[in-house]
Amino acid sequence: MQVTMTVNGAEVSREVEPRLLLVHFLRDELGLTGTHWGCDTSNCGACVVWMDDEPVKSCTVLAAMASGHEVRTVEGLAHEDGTLDAIQQGFMQCHGLQCGFCTPGMMMTTRALLDRNPHPNQAEIREAISGQICRCTGYATIVRSVQWAADHPDGAVPAAADEPAAPAESVTEPAAADATQPIPAGSAS
Amino acid sequence: MQVPGPFEYDRATSVEQAIGLLERRGETARLIAGGHSLLPMMKLRLADVEYLIDINDLHDELGYVLVEPDLVRLGALTRHRELLESDELAAVLPIFRDAERVIADPVVRNRGTIGGSLCQADPSEDLSAVCSCLDAECVIRNGSGQRVVPMAKFHRGPYETAVGDGEMLVEVRIPLHPDSSSAFEKVERRAGDWAVVSAAAAVTLAGGLIADARVGFAAVGPHTVVLPAVSELLRDEPPGEQLYERAGALAAGHCEPSTDMRGTADYKRHLVQELTRRTLRRAVQRIVDGRS
Repeated sequence: MQVTMTVNGAEVSREVEPRLLLVHFLRDELGLTGTHWGCDTSNCGACVVWMDDEPVKSCTVLAAMASGHEVRTVEGLAHEDGTLDAIQQGFMQCHGLQCGFCTPGMMMTTRALLDRNPHPNQAEIREAISGQICRCTGYATIVRSVQWAADHPDGAVPAAADEPAAPAESVTEPAAADATQPIPAGSAS
Repeated sequence: MQVPGPFEYDRATSVEQAIGLLERRGETARLIAGGHSLLPMMKLRLADVEYLIDINDLHDELGYVLVEPDLVRLGALTRHRELLESDELAAVLPIFRDAERVIADPVVRNRGTIGGSLCQADPSEDLSAVCSCLDAECVIRNGSGQRVVPMAKFHRGPYETAVGDGEMLVEVRIPLHPDSSSAFEKVERRAGDWAVVSAAAAVTLAGGLIADARVGFAAVGPHTVVLPAVSELLRDEPPGEQLYERAGALAAGHCEPSTDMRGTADYKRHLVQELTRRTLRRAVQRIVDGRS
């Protein structure tokens, strides 16, 4: 069947099987491997993307169900000029990741949190990410990263010498650069 | 990699059209709403679906919370998040907010629906316990009209409901009574998990006595249950700690939990006793607070 959706602002259309999951559509059909494929059971949250401005677990949504909708992935977080979103900067500033596997999902969920609640307290941040698993950080630095982003809604101000914005290239997903090259199923990201 | 078996996919454009598709395709067809119960079942090949009808486009028609003087109507496609965030619903049935705070996690709650939760008929499902204790009614529509089935008859057994082929759950109706309130408590191993035990209580007071009370449980038997013996014990008694204690002990003796990875049967009986006390206490307190 034909599915057509907007992904990070661009319309995409593909012929797919109805049983194709959104996470595999994004990764294998579009090459957007920033969205990670984790537990496959809607428990871990590594695959969280936005569908019509709400975070969803893309392992439990069919690509067919997303047809006609707007999808935003971690590749669509940074601003058009390449400046990282405040939430991405927060994760860099506060070491919100170690291995990075949970990070795209964490950032998509917490960006949505800050859009609805610009100044969440610790408990609210922990509640927001309660459907997502991080095996490295113990969550403390993730919570701090989100708080940093809440305190710096426009990201780091370049003039502030103690909080320089890191160059965008350092966390850009290489595979996302060329969305026309499908990545074989099962390949590591 | 978990992938469902092959199926045909179609989108419903109206309730009538969805029922028409269901009638035509019989038992091989299933509706999908949030998909957070059905898709995992399809991935594990526990559900064999040849024809999948996506009803998410019907949210305008089937996603609503309507609070009327004597009745609350919940559209079957109302999402968990909408139930959680509805202040109007929390004002008359605070039990929904209690429960929705601990159902799955916020991201899953963006998709999951009350209709899907009830139709999954999982013995551990929290909203089933909530709707049972509230004496809710389920409105089931088919090609020739609609019928109304009380919660007590909606679940036929684990993963089995009164919804037949060519039928669709469209609305859940909950009666409202004066001087009443409700509460929900759940013990889970970790955030977002299924209940070890969850308990739901609905209480009506009259003249300082309990005029009616119902306590429902999830995860203590083959389906969610309301225990009539507990309602009998509570009726026409003055509310208080001693009464809650007796009700808890009676409930613990009347439920049928089994030992599994979430806990031993004895532990679950202990939880039934404690959660019965807590939910009754909180429901009564809410009635008293609401009067002041």
